[in-house]
Amino acid sequence: MALYEHIFIARQDISSQQVEGLTDMVVAVLEENGGKVHKTEYWGLKSLAYRVKKNRKGHYSLLNIEADHAAVAEMERRISLNDDIIRHMTLRVEQHEADESIQMRNKNRDERRGPRRSDNDEGGRDDRRRDSKPEGDAS
Amino acid sequence: MSQGRRPFGRRRKSCPFSGANAPVIDYKDTRLLQRYVSERGKIVPRRITAVSSKKQRELARAIKRSRYLALMPYTIDQ
Repeated sequence: MALYEHIFIARQDISSQQVEGLTDMVVAVLEENGGKVHKTEYWGLKSLAYRVKKNRKGHYSLLNIEADHAAVAEMERRISLNDDIIRHMTLRVEQHEADESIQMRNKNRDERRGPRRSDNDEGGRDDRRRDSKPEGDAS
Repeated sequence: MSQGRRPFGRRRKSCPFSGANAPVIDYKDTRLLQRYVSERGKIVPRRITAVSSKKQRELARAIKRSRYLALMPYTIDQ
């Protein structure tokens, strides 16, 4: 069986519980077809670099998969039918990352530093309103 | 830099991704990739960044993956 990394981005309007549900669905599809999921990561609601299907933000999830091509193909088919998932990518890798990915590490570090930025970082329309004020930074 | 011997140019920089404890190119690591795109979001040519050609190909691939996942922008408009 081959190793894969899979990332999917879910719509901004759904809750993190619903994203968890989606992840469980993906895991279930893979396991039905004889695959294994070694790790799942939820990166949280991140702002997108550009609009994707009218979303400015998205819930990112990463899965480390060990499965045959058939299982992955079935998973991709199911994901592309799902309206809540706006984008996904599966990559064949030689090795899975042993510890958590860089995005998770960055997220955890930011949280330790205190919720200065991430506090104002919710709600898509909110940050457009703040654009008019000088304090809103461009990132 | 010793004067007289080298009137023009600086010493050739070595590739930042070669040698011991060089960073791994990963499409998820936007903080690293950000250094190799211009202000407008274009991939910087390796003659400026001194990345080896093998690593430059790897880097370009990583940036393009990162763009597809909306972790990095395709263009930055002013």
